Amino acid sequence: MLPYPILTVFLILMWLLLNGFTLGHFVLGTLVAVFASWGMASLRPDKPKIRNWHLLFKLFGVAFYDIIRSNLAVASVILRGRPKGHTSSFLLLPLEIEDRTALALLAVILTSTPGSAWLEYDSHDRTVLLHVLDLVDEEQWIDTIKNRYEKLLMEIFA
Amino acid sequence: MILAPADLPLWAAIGVAFFLLIGASLTLIGAIGFLKLPTFYERIHAPTLGTSWGVGGVMLASMIFFTVTESRLVVHEVLIGLFITVTTPVTFMLLARAALHRDRAENTGYAPEKKKASLPVQEDGETHPADN
Repeated sequence: MLPYPILTVFLILMWLLLNGFTLGHFVLGTLVAVFASWGMASLRPDKPKIRNWHLLFKLFGVAFYDIIRSNLAVASVILRGRPKGHTSSFLLLPLEIEDRTALALLAVILTSTPGSAWLEYDSHDRTVLLHVLDLVDEEQWIDTIKNRYEKLLMEIFA
Repeated sequence: MILAPADLPLWAAIGVAFFLLIGASLTLIGAIGFLKLPTFYERIHAPTLGTSWGVGGVMLASMIFFTVTESRLVVHEVLIGLFITVTTPVTFMLLARAALHRDRAENTGYAPEKKKASLPVQEDGETHPADN
């Protein structure tokens, strides 16, 4: 009946947000969401397996904080120029996660964080080419991403 | 009850103005950076100011304003933020990979070379369904 229950719930929620919370729109939205999730099922995407739901909130919290911080950092680089000793450069980051949803989530986080750009993922070598606007210490950067995000993502996705 | 914008309580007006200014200034700074930074790979960072807290600030301001003036919870702006966040990486990576491809093909020296191990299957790697 419902191949993607979470997707269905979110589609209904989106419908209600856009059209207002009324019973009529709930019925209509449910209809649309059920048919849309059947359509999704015929595409047969990988179903993400989420093991630890509560850690997802921690991940969003960490990302939210980092995005605020790097917004300020990039704004200051643009307005005042880079401090001495800092460079912008490419960074090759080895990754252990292979789950597609986890990779997509990491890409979204790194792209939304100003100052770090996800350029190219190589599934053969399992590395990501990043570009960092304000680089001081390459090792420290790799460490931060691996410990702050990758560990969490590995715990969230089985 | 619908309030006229002039009847906005002070705390709400301060909140709306604060977030609106933050969002607008960050987007402006991003645009300045887009114009000013020297290389393509540095420029690509600047617009993300607008797509993260630029849109976030304006979104929050709009949510506060319409929630207070219409005396009901107005949160559908969240969807705009969500869709921008989710779709930005797509265009972003497309542009970045096009730039990388060009710099490698023309040997401009801006982009790092791919390692020799994966050279025979250059530009392959991740898009083929067979890989998964």
